[in-house]
Amino acid sequence: MAFPHRPDAPELPDFSMLKRLARDQLIYLLEQQHEVDKLYKVENKPAVSSSEQLCFLVRPRIKNMRYVASLVNADKLAGRTRKYKVIFSPQKFHACEMVLEEEGVYGDVSCDEWAFSLLPLDVDLLSMELPEFFRDYFLEGDQRWINTVAQALHLLSTLYGPFPNCYGIGRCTKMSYELWRKLEEEEDGETKGRRPEIGHVFLLDRDVDFVTALCSQVVYEGLVDDTFRVKCGSVDFGPEVTSSDRSLKVLLNAEDKVFNEIRNEHFSNVFGFLSQKARNLQAQYDRRRGMDIKQMKNFVSQELKGLKQEHRLLSVHIGACESIMKKKTKQDFQELIKTEHALLEGFNIRESTSYIEEHIDRQVSPIESLRLMCLLSITENGLIPKDYRSLKTQYLQSYGPEHLLTFSNLRRAGLLTEQAPGDTLTAVESKVSKLVTDKAAGKITDAFNSLAKRSNFRAISKKLNLIPRVDGEYDLKVPRDMAYVFSGAYVPLSCRLIEQVLERRSWQGLDEVVRLLNCNELAFTDVTKEDKASSESSRLIMVVFLGGCTFSEISALRFLGREKGYRFIFLTTAVTNSARLMEAMSEVKA
Amino acid sequence: MDCYTANWNPLGDSAFYRKYELYSMDWDLKEELRDCLVAAAPYGGPIALLRNPWRKEKAASVRPVLEIYSASGLPLASLLWKSGPVVSLGWSAEEELLCVQEDGVVLVYGLHGDFRRHFSMGNEVLQNRVLDARIFHTEFGSGVAILTGAHRFTLSANVGDLKLRRMPEVPGLQSAPSCWTTLCQDRVAHILLAVGPDLYLLDHAACSAVTPPGLAPGVSSFLQMAVSFTYRHLALFTDTGYIWMGTASLKEKLCEFNCNIRAPPKQMVWCSRPRSKERAVVVAWERRLMVVGDAPESIQYKQLTIQVLLDRLVLRRLYPLAIQICEYLRLPEVQGVSRILAHWACYKVQQKDVSDEDVARAINQKLGDTPGVSYSDIAARAYGCGRTELAIKLLEYEPRSGEQVPLLLKMKRSKLALSKAIESGDTDLVFTVLLHLKNELNRGDFFMTLRNQPMALSLYRQFCKHQELETLKDLYNQDDNHQELGSFHIRASYAAEERIEGRVAALQSAADAFYKAKNEFAAKATEDQMRLLRLQRRLEDELGGHFVDLSLHDTVTTLVLGGHSKRAEQLARDFRIPDKRLWWLKLTALADLEDWEELEKFSKSKKSPIGYLPFVEICMKQHNKYEAKKYASRVGPEQKVKALLLVGDVAQAADVAIEHRNEAELTLVLSHCTGATDAATADKIQRARAQAQKK
Repeated sequence: MAFPHRPDAPELPDFSMLKRLARDQLIYLLEQQHEVDKLYKVENKPAVSSSEQLCFLVRPRIKNMRYVASLVNADKLAGRTRKYKVIFSPQKFHACEMVLEEEGVYGDVSCDEWAFSLLPLDVDLLSMELPEFFRDYFLEGDQRWINTVAQALHLLSTLYGPFPNCYGIGRCTKMSYELWRKLEEEEDGETKGRRPEIGHVFLLDRDVDFVTALCSQVVYEGLVDDTFRVKCGSVDFGPEVTSSDRSLKVLLNAEDKVFNEIRNEHFSNVFGFLSQKARNLQAQYDRRRGMDIKQMKNFVSQELKGLKQEHRLLSVHIGACESIMKKKTKQDFQELIKTEHALLEGFNIRESTSYIEEHIDRQVSPIESLRLMCLLSITENGLIPKDYRSLKTQYLQSYGPEHLLTFSNLRRAGLLTEQAPGDTLTAVESKVSKLVTDKAAGKITDAFNSLAKRSNFRAISKKLNLIPRVDGEYDLKVPRDMAYVFSGAYVPLSCRLIEQVLERRSWQGLDEVVRLLNCNELAFTDVTKEDKASSESSRLIMVVFLGGCTFSEISALRFLGREKGYRFIFLTTAVTNSARLMEAMSEVKA
Repeated sequence: MDCYTANWNPLGDSAFYRKYELYSMDWDLKEELRDCLVAAAPYGGPIALLRNPWRKEKAASVRPVLEIYSASGLPLASLLWKSGPVVSLGWSAEEELLCVQEDGVVLVYGLHGDFRRHFSMGNEVLQNRVLDARIFHTEFGSGVAILTGAHRFTLSANVGDLKLRRMPEVPGLQSAPSCWTTLCQDRVAHILLAVGPDLYLLDHAACSAVTPPGLAPGVSSFLQMAVSFTYRHLALFTDTGYIWMGTASLKEKLCEFNCNIRAPPKQMVWCSRPRSKERAVVVAWERRLMVVGDAPESIQYKQLTIQVLLDRLVLRRLYPLAIQICEYLRLPEVQGVSRILAHWACYKVQQKDVSDEDVARAINQKLGDTPGVSYSDIAARAYGCGRTELAIKLLEYEPRSGEQVPLLLKMKRSKLALSKAIESGDTDLVFTVLLHLKNELNRGDFFMTLRNQPMALSLYRQFCKHQELETLKDLYNQDDNHQELGSFHIRASYAAEERIEGRVAALQSAADAFYKAKNEFAAKATEDQMRLLRLQRRLEDELGGHFVDLSLHDTVTTLVLGGHSKRAEQLARDFRIPDKRLWWLKLTALADLEDWEELEKFSKSKKSPIGYLPFVEICMKQHNKYEAKKYASRVGPEQKVKALLLVGDVAQAADVAIEHRNEAELTLVLSHCTGATDAATADKIQRARAQAQKK
C-alpha cells in the first residue's frame, strides 16, 4: 500500500508561497475598501446589506456583471447611494466593463484585479479553478484564458526558476506557451542566472486525449470525485457516508494520512486496507488494558489524540467506501465497465452499441448515456451514419429535444461525430500503407484527415501499446504499469505520451503518433542546451493540462514517478472527470 | 601684486560681494525689454521673449515675433506670432513654453519653437477674458493659474494631466486684486490674493481671510508679494514701504523691514546663494535694488538629477554628448543610451525633407533592437507630424504586436490593428479593436471583417450570446451559417418564447434553417418536436396535469402512469417509438405502479423484444421476489444464470451453469457463493470444473 518514493526522488517545491502571495494581495485590495464587515456569496438575488459600500469578488463573467448592474440600478431606483467595487479574479476583461457601461453603471463602479490564478490544492497539485476553460476554448473557440495560463506559467517561473526543458502538444498549449515565452522575454533578466527547480515542463491540451477523461474512474480518489464530486480539494460527504443526519466537509489531500495511503489505489484494494487499518487501530487502543497509571498518562497525553484523529478519518473513508460499494459493485456497474473496456479494445462493437442504446432507452442517466456515445465515437473514429442517427433519435426521445444543441456542440468539439464518407477508405488506406513508405501513407492519411479530423484512437493505441497484453489476472495490488488505474485494461493516452516524451527528451520517433493525433504542427520541444538543472531538479516534472485533468491521470503519473524516481507536479485549469466534460457540452433549459 | 580683495565690495556690515562676468549675452536685442513679455525657464533654461504689440499705443496690424534664446542668449528659435493676444508666458518643468492667451487658450511650444499642442482654461474665459496669468511649478509638474475679467480664479496644478479647478468667489471683490500669487501647501495649490488691507487664501473649496503674524499696523494695501521657489517663504510689500517676511503658511514671521519707499516695486523675488543658510528678498524699483535678509535657517536645494540633465541635453539636440555622458556614468541602457536614441529617433521623424523609407531605415539601423526602445512611441511621434506612412513603417519594427494597436487605431487602420491585436494573443486588446471597428464600419463591413478573423469572431459571438442576441442572429445570417441559425432558434424556442404558438414558430424557423443547412436529421427532429409540443398542449387541455416540455419518453410514461394506455399506444405509434423502448417504458411504469396483474398481461401480449431478464431485474428492484421468479422461468437459456442469481437462487444457477459447461457462468455463480449456506454449491461447482478439466 502507498508505495514509498525512491530515496533519490526530488523534494517538491513549497507552493504555500503562492497562497501567501494571493492572500497578501487580497488583503491589500480589501483594505483599500476599508472595513469589510460581511461576506456574501454572489447569487442572483438582491443583496440584503445596509452597508454604505459593496465589494464584489467575482470571476470576469458577463453574467456576474449583469448581476452587479442590476443591484446598482435597484439601488438607484430606491434613491440609495453607495460605493461599489468589483474585484475581478484572476483578471478583468474588457467585455465585462463593456457590460457595465451598457447597463449604465460604469461610472458608479470601480474595478480592481486580484491576480490569483493558482490555487495549491495539494502538495503536488495546482489548480487554476477555471472549469469554464474547457467549454470556452474547446467548444466556443474563445481564447481569453490563454493569457491567464501564460501569466500563471510566468508566475511559476519567477518563483521557482526558469524552465529549462519544455515539451507540449496541442493548439492551445502552443499558443499559451508562445505567449508565456513572450512574457519572459519582455521581462528579461528576472529569472536569468537562477537555478531551475523544475527540470521539465510538459503541456498538453485536453482534446489530445478525450478518451482517458471519458472513462469511469476506479482508483479511490477518482472514484470519490465521480461519486461525490470533489470541489476545490474538499468533498461534502452526505448522511449516507457519515451515518448521521449531518453532512461532513472533508479536505482531501496529503495531510489526511489515511486518504494519502489509499488515494491512488485501485478501489478493489481499498476496503481490505481500511479494515486492516481499523484492526490495527483497535489493537493500539487495546494496549490501554493492563497499563499502569504512568503508562496511561503517557498514552493519553501522547498517543490518544493521534489515534482519535486517525479513527475519525478512518470512519469517514470507510463510510465513503461503503457508499461507493453500494453504488458501484452492482451488476450494472460491472456491465458498464465491461462495455467501456470493450470499446477501448475495439471488440464487440455491435454489442456495445446495443448496450448504449438500452442505456438510453432506460433513461439511466443523460450524462452517462452521452459519455458512452462519445466514447464509442472517439474509439471508432466516429459513429457509422445509421448508429449516429438512431442513437441521437433515441437520446432526444429519452432526454428531451433541447439536446439537439448538445449534439451540435459535441460534433463541433469532435466528441461525437459521424464517420465521414472518406473514412470507409480506412481499409484501403491501411493496405496502401503496407505497400508504400510510411511517409507516403502519412500524406494519404493527411488528405483524408482534411475531410474530417479523426481521432485515430485505434491506431494510436496500437502504436503506443495502450492496451496491455495480459497473461492471466492483472494483479491490482501490485500494479506493473499505469494501466492499473483502469483495472489493467488501458494505459491512459495522456500519461503514456508524457512517459514517452520524457524518456526521449523530445518528440523524436513519435512523428507517426503526433500525426495521428492531428497535431503535426502543434507538438514542440524546447530544450536548453546547457542544462543547469541539478540532477535532482531534472527529475522534478510539471505537467500542465489545459482543459482539465482527472484524478486517474494524476494517480497514473504518481505511479510512473515512483517507478522512475521522478516527482510530478500537476498544473491544471481545473480537476475534471467525464461528467464535468459532458455537462460542459450539454445544453440545459435554464 | 594685485590686491585680491580689490574688486570685492562691502554689503552691509559683514558680507562682501563682487561682480564677475561668467559670459556675455550673445543676443542682439532690438527692442527694449520693457515692451516684451519675458520668461526664463528654471535651472538656467531657455529664455522666451515676445514683443508685446497688444499695448494700446502700438498698431495691432504688426505681427509680433516670439523669440527663444538659450540662457546665454544664443538664438534657438524665432517665429511670427499668428495667434491671439498673449497675457503671460512661462516655462514648464519639461521646458515647454506655455503662452496664455487672452481668450484662455494656452499654446504649448517646444524649446525650438515647435508647436506641440494647445488647451483651454475653460469656457467661462471666452466671455470674460484673462486679466492675468501665472505659470508655477509644483512637485507634480507645472501649473497654470488665471484671473478672469469676472475676477475669478481658475487653475490647473499640472498641465500634463489637465484638470481645471475653478476657485470659489472672493466675497466683495469688485476689481482686480492689488497683487496675487500661487502657493503650494500639503500638495495642493492655493491662491493668495490681496484686496485693500485684507489677504485671502483661496483653495478649491473655500475662500478664507488670513492675517500674517506680527504684521505692522497701518497697512491699507499690499503692493507686491513673492513666494520662494520651494513655496516655503513669503514676502509682502505694503503701501507703507514695509516688508514682511515669513513662512508661506502664514504661521511664523521671520523678519520685517521698513525701507521707507512707498512707490510700488517693479519686482520682488526671493534669492539665496548656494549652500548659504541666508535667505534674502531682492526688491527692484526703476533705479534701485534692495536686498533684505534675515537670520540663518537651512534651505533645501533641489538638485538637478542626472535624468533631468540628460533630458535638457536631449531637448537641446545634443544627442552625442548625452550618450557620452550615459556611457561615462555607465547608466543602464534602458535609462540611458536607449532613451536618448529614442529621443533622437523622435527628432529624426520630424525631418520632413527625408523620405519615409530613408527615415525608417536610418532609425532601424541605429536602434536595432536595443532594449527599452519603443518603436510605437517613435511611430506615434511620426504620426503626430502627419507622417502616417512612416508611422506604419516604424510600427513594423515594434516586436510587441500589442504595442502597435493603439496607434493603428488612432490612425484609423483598424483592420490592421485587428490583425496585430490577434497576433498579440491579448483577447482584451482584440475586443477593444472590435468595439472600434463596430463604431467605425457599417454593419455589413464589420461582419465581413469578422468573417476573416475566426478568433475575433468567436470572441464577439461569446459577447453577443450574453448581451446582444439579435446581433448574433444577424452574424449567422450574414455568414449563411444555417446550422447555427437553426440552433439559435431552437434555443429561442424554450428560452425566449413562452406561448406555445411562439415556441412552435421558433421551431419552424429552426427546421427551415436546418433544411437549408442540409441537416435533414435536425430538421426532422425539430418537426417532431413541433408536433409533440402541440400534442402536449392538447393533452394538458384534455387530461389536465403537466405535459409540456416533457421528453417524448416521459410523455408516454406519464400517460401510462395516469392509466391512459390507449393514448400512450397511439403516441408511441405516431412518433414511431421503437418496440424495445416501449417495452422498457411500460415495464418500468407498471412496476412503479405495482400493477403486477397488468404487467403480467403485458408480458404475455407478445414475445418480449427485450427478453424477460429485464422483468426479473425490475421486479427485484421493487423488492418483489415472487413476481420476479415468475419471469425468471421465462428467461432464455443464455441469460438464465443471471436471472436465477438475481432472484437469489444460487443452487439452481449453479446447476444451469454446470449444464451449460460455461466457464464464465461458473465463475459468476462462484462469486455469488457467500457464507456457509452456499458452501455445498461452491463445492459442486469446483467438482464440475475438475471434471471438465479431466476431459
